[in-house]
Amino acid sequence: MSRLIGHGRPGILKGANAALLTPSRETDKGATLTQDEVQEKAPGEPRGARNGPRTILDETGIRRTLMRIAHEILERTEDPGLLYLVAIPNGGVPLAREIARNLRQIAGIDVAVGILDTTLYRDDLTTTAERPLLRLTEMPSAVDGRIVILVDDVVKTGRTIRAAMDALMDFGRPQVVQVVGLVDRGHRELPIKLDYVGKNVPTSPNENLRLRGDAGELRGRLELVLEPSDAADSDDSSRSARKGGGA
Amino acid sequence: MIGRDLLGIEDLDRSDIERILQTAEHMGEIGEREVKKVPTLRGRTLVNLFFEPSTRTQTSFEIAGKRLSADVVNFSPRSSSLTKAESILDTARTLDAMDPDAVVVRHAVAGVPKRIADVLEAPVINAGDGAHEHPTQALLDLFTVRREKGRIDGLTVTIVGDIVHSRVARSNIYGFLKMGAEVRLAAPPPMIPAAVETLGVKAFTSLREALDGADVVMALRIQNERFAGSYFPSVREYAATFGIDRATLRYAKDDAIVMHPGPVNRGVELSHDLADHRPSVILDQVRNGVSIRMAVLYLISGRLHRGGVA
Repeated sequence: MSRLIGHGRPGILKGANAALLTPSRETDKGATLTQDEVQEKAPGEPRGARNGPRTILDETGIRRTLMRIAHEILERTEDPGLLYLVAIPNGGVPLAREIARNLRQIAGIDVAVGILDTTLYRDDLTTTAERPLLRLTEMPSAVDGRIVILVDDVVKTGRTIRAAMDALMDFGRPQVVQVVGLVDRGHRELPIKLDYVGKNVPTSPNENLRLRGDAGELRGRLELVLEPSDAADSDDSSRSARKGGGA
Repeated sequence: MIGRDLLGIEDLDRSDIERILQTAEHMGEIGEREVKKVPTLRGRTLVNLFFEPSTRTQTSFEIAGKRLSADVVNFSPRSSSLTKAESILDTARTLDAMDPDAVVVRHAVAGVPKRIADVLEAPVINAGDGAHEHPTQALLDLFTVRREKGRIDGLTVTIVGDIVHSRVARSNIYGFLKMGAEVRLAAPPPMIPAAVETLGVKAFTSLREALDGADVVMALRIQNERFAGSYFPSVREYAATFGIDRATLRYAKDDAIVMHPGPVNRGVELSHDLADHRPSVILDQVRNGVSIRMAVLYLISGRLHRGGVA
């Protein structure tokens, strides 16, 4: 037992759980979908307050943007029958589903929607002590010969897209891979470009941009919110500490 | 609370177990891909240190490691229960000097993985030590039950057979109790450990009573070559009293599943027919074993890096 509880090493499983409560800053997956957070923060911190969260796109804005992107995809795709939308969880999932609905509405086509977790392909796994939680991967149809469109909410460094491309290739050989980003923040660290961009949002690297709303579904309070990274990192205790006049 | 080693289910709490099962759920999907491999443990070395032969468990760990892209080395030194602890630890230290990132240990003597963990830099995963624990077997059993039944909480699990010599039974008793199941044991009296009921299980010497209303029936392997004549009169009599077949299974719930850690003595612990067909889920257990071991390797190896980013 001495080894298990001694040495001051945190339990790996517990530590990993704790890590889930704070957003990762190693990757460009700043956005998470936690309803709790919406409800927790909305009353206490007025939007637009100095250093407080700021809405970049509200629900209507997101819907309009995704409709435009659906039109652009059709415009640029010769054979829409080959389309395959692959969402990067969690933020990409409701977006990909909405784009699929739009494509059905505009062109009457049914486009397959897959979900591809990139966690096991991350390039920072060797440097992070705590293991990130895995998320669902569900690829309902084969990718061979398809026009695969990766859908993510916020693209920053490009590392998640790199991981997603590697993961995708393990499922087969797509004809083309393209990328939709609802928001492009810049700060690229890899040579990745977006094919369809919802909105370019210049941000400072240490700010956080997150998609808020119900997990998996685009309804209700979905919005993209920009917040200073210290706010994004806070849990309940540090948030109340800040209210008490902390840094 | 789990540290960096996985030595037994006794050390885990419910949230640890749930996290492992949850991770295994996602690992299973990798086995269905075109390329059954992810780059997660690329450049890491996993050593299977098996002092006691075990084709199944060793192969399962090997496949799990390879699906995560680890380099897997199998090392099976000769050792008996009489081998001095010092020479076992020497072997372990020699291995450690080669900088493995995780070491999977099996030994016929209880406590050896713990002793090895105490002297090794690398994290140690217990793959079965004497009659002590076999944590990954219990985890894969929990995982299999949860997939079949949708839950573990509130189920009745009856473990039948050589409880006293079984590390599988011990790990499963801890695991199922921690996850909220009712655990019953059924065996000839000499095969039920003294005072086992203090763990919170119910012991029966009547199979029929033990099976009454059970959701899960887990038969254990009888090492008949070793124990016939001492713990029970004959293999035939054991099969007649504690063997599971479709007739005895009628006492359990209609949708009860039958499990066995393998290899099955057909016609002894399980009837021939049950060994191969539903409601037995033996091959699912084997398949799930790979997912569970991938999950454990993934979670354990998170602590492997030396001096990484703070």
